[in-house]
Amino acid sequence: MYKYDEIDQQLVDERVAQYRDQVRRYLAKELSEEEFRPLRLQNGLYIQRHAPMLRIAVPYGMLSSRQLHKLADIATQYDRGYGHFSTRQNLQLNWPKLEDTPDILAELATVEMHAIQTSGNCIRNITTDQFAGVAPDEIIDPRAMAEVIRQWSTFHPEFALLPRKFKIAVSGTKQDRAVVQMHDIGMEFYRDAENKVAIKVWVGGGLGRTPILGTVIREHLEWQHALTYCEAVIRVYNLHGRRDNAYKARIKILVKALGIDEFSKQVEAEWLHLKDNPNTITEAELARVAQHFEAFDYAKLPAHDSSFDAAIANNAAFAAWAKRSVHPHKISGYRAVTLSLKPHGKAPGDATSEQMHVVADLAAQYSFGELRVSHEQNLILADVKLSDLFAVWEKARAHGLATPNIGLLTDIICCPGGDFCSLANAKSIPIAQAIQLQFDNLDYLHDIGELELNISGCMNACGHHHVGHIGILGVDKDGSEWYQVSIGGKQGNDASLATVIGRAFSAEEMPGVVQKLIEVYLKERSDEERFIDTVRRIGIAPFKAHVYATTEPKKEVTHV
Amino acid sequence: MSNLITQNEIVIDDWTLVTLPKVDQEIRKQAGKVVLFKLTGENTISAEQIANTQIPATGKIIVPLSVYLARKSELATRIIKQEVGIWLATHEVLESLTNAESDLNIFPLIAVYVERFADGRIFSIGNLLRTRYGFNHTLRAFGDVLRDQLFFLKRSGFDSYLIRADRNAQEALQSLKDFSQPYQGAVDDKQPVWRRLNRSQNNVA
Ligand code: HEM
Ligand code: SF4
Repeated sequence: MYKYDEIDQQLVDERVAQYRDQVRRYLAKELSEEEFRPLRLQNGLYIQRHAPMLRIAVPYGMLSSRQLHKLADIATQYDRGYGHFSTRQNLQLNWPKLEDTPDILAELATVEMHAIQTSGNCIRNITTDQFAGVAPDEIIDPRAMAEVIRQWSTFHPEFALLPRKFKIAVSGTKQDRAVVQMHDIGMEFYRDAENKVAIKVWVGGGLGRTPILGTVIREHLEWQHALTYCEAVIRVYNLHGRRDNAYKARIKILVKALGIDEFSKQVEAEWLHLKDNPNTITEAELARVAQHFEAFDYAKLPAHDSSFDAAIANNAAFAAWAKRSVHPHKISGYRAVTLSLKPHGKAPGDATSEQMHVVADLAAQYSFGELRVSHEQNLILADVKLSDLFAVWEKARAHGLATPNIGLLTDIICCPGGDFCSLANAKSIPIAQAIQLQFDNLDYLHDIGELELNISGCMNACGHHHVGHIGILGVDKDGSEWYQVSIGGKQGNDASLATVIGRAFSAEEMPGVVQKLIEVYLKERSDEERFIDTVRRIGIAPFKAHVYATTEPKKEVTHV
Repeated sequence: MSNLITQNEIVIDDWTLVTLPKVDQEIRKQAGKVVLFKLTGENTISAEQIANTQIPATGKIIVPLSVYLARKSELATRIIKQEVGIWLATHEVLESLTNAESDLNIFPLIAVYVERFADGRIFSIGNLLRTRYGFNHTLRAFGDVLRDQLFFLKRSGFDSYLIRADRNAQEALQSLKDFSQPYQGAVDDKQPVWRRLNRSQNNVA
């Protein structure tokens, strides 16, 4: 993975000093609340329900063992011994003290980490596929470009105070796993007719209040121009995005208002001036960065391993885990492994300091000292030998990291919700826990098969409920917490937004409602059909009929 | 003491800012919240305000863009004497200036007014003035200008900053040096760090 040189290191060190002074001025009342806000946000610091929340950047989800050990230590020393991995591949601490945050950042800087631009109206952490570099279906490893974009976007002077946050995702596979269509800019790397690396650029995607999938603004962009083209897009946005209304300030609203043709015309006009400026990427610069992502020194291994095959045959629990958690790898004899941060009944995405240390050790011992965070809020060991899988499983299992539910109903994507977040309409974590306990029978869970369930505590959609096969949204009615259910959302190439099935439910009703949805699916599905396929084939009506026929309508919630 | 920083120093301001006569502005709301930012291109100035703007008879003056466009003839001789600067607010359309005046360097100074710290349009405006419209005289930021914008303003082509009156300009000077080697090429240094320095020598461990 990318390692800092003196230039990178100096920059984060200078940032710590700058931020320390900003906090000092704030505490000395030289900066007002309102003035400090954008400054702290650009350093990932929110003021939340109980305490500040600090969001630490994990660039495109890559971590080293050493970094994870440090995160674990920070969570122990400055927080309550756990952290929350987010859908944007970052780590959030829920209980740090404001006064401590400069020290936390200084600690992070010692392991080449920071919290720069993890929040605020600026270019955020670049995200990508958690299997980048190892996926067999990958055409281009997007990580070097993600790093080039990360550096360019860090303290970009022109785009430091945009109308709203700005998220860029990159991917290099046919099967999109980076949800590029859900980002302000999405870049899909591919090889063009001349076998050169090119980019298909999407613009104006985003969830939140007004969920919109991105539109293709350019089918073909030579990779050298990635940065100058982004400059053109973001400049048009910076000058013309709506600053009068925070809910309409995202680039998606501007693209919709102008229409993609007009927006694209303005971008092209701008780009004419920017194209070939010195930010144009050279072969040499890409190569300099790419050498950090070169393939590991993999052992030459046969495609099969007898000890692994034997363990699968003899140990049903291991086999069940392997079925869900082990993913193909482009190198023979290697696999990628997902460690579940979704044990039933716990907050999805949370990891204790102890678990972080365990994962860091596993990575050091079995996976070249690196790991990744997935946007599904799990941790990935990307390069494990087949023959080591059993040992990895045993250790992971002993620490609650091997729930065999990856990709299944209880692998819930969930925002912090009302337990932590001051914007929430409703709690989300207890709903996730109740659903997990409802589906605690593993055989049943595996029989239901692949299903994505997403929960957000309000329409800001941090839990991506719009693209969940089942999406749950917390809504507020006269001060009480209700949940609106939608089905048929999907991420990936054939992304779709979910449809609301009807009136909202109380918290107690929720596990039963999900149960009803599953009953319809199990009854209606044809062979091999996943939940989402069934919904797409038969529509929402049968689901709706079953759910509402049997639940007692509580007090009506109409406003949503 | 002066609160003006120009070229990394605190200097005395010898320009007089010409302002439009105040009018009552209604408080607008969007989605229940008071609107804090004007939309780009939003017309906020009336013909009456422009006509009633008092232009001092002597000295170096910074004239509002709208007044300049409407009353240019009054200023012709003073422009030749290098006594006229222009100011515009971040929501004003820069092209209304560049369409009217092909050579911006007839102005010794252009100032951009940022009503609120968080309004990053000022950076794009600075960049465009320098890189597209070839303005190479003093470019000043004023309004809600606080030290934490300075580094970005400098990189976007500004070289003069009128720090908000209640803040200390001496302290603000520090922030011009917040970072020694920024990553990307920008107005002040067009070269990204990997063209500026030889990074390849820093090999991978
Ligand atoms: C607890 C503190 C949090 C606060 C105050 C917060 C706030 C927000 C707000 C206001 C939005 C809507 C922004 C917009 O549409 O313009 C948003 C969207 C989002 N947040 Fe959060 N969030 C928090 C935690 C999280 C967490 C823990 C995650 C990951 C699990 C997350 C991931 C996202 C994502 C992916 C979006 C949607 C982005 C899009 O619309 O494209 N947030 N958040
Ligand atoms: S979706 Fe709403 S409740 Fe959940 S974290 Fe985001 S802002 Fe908070």
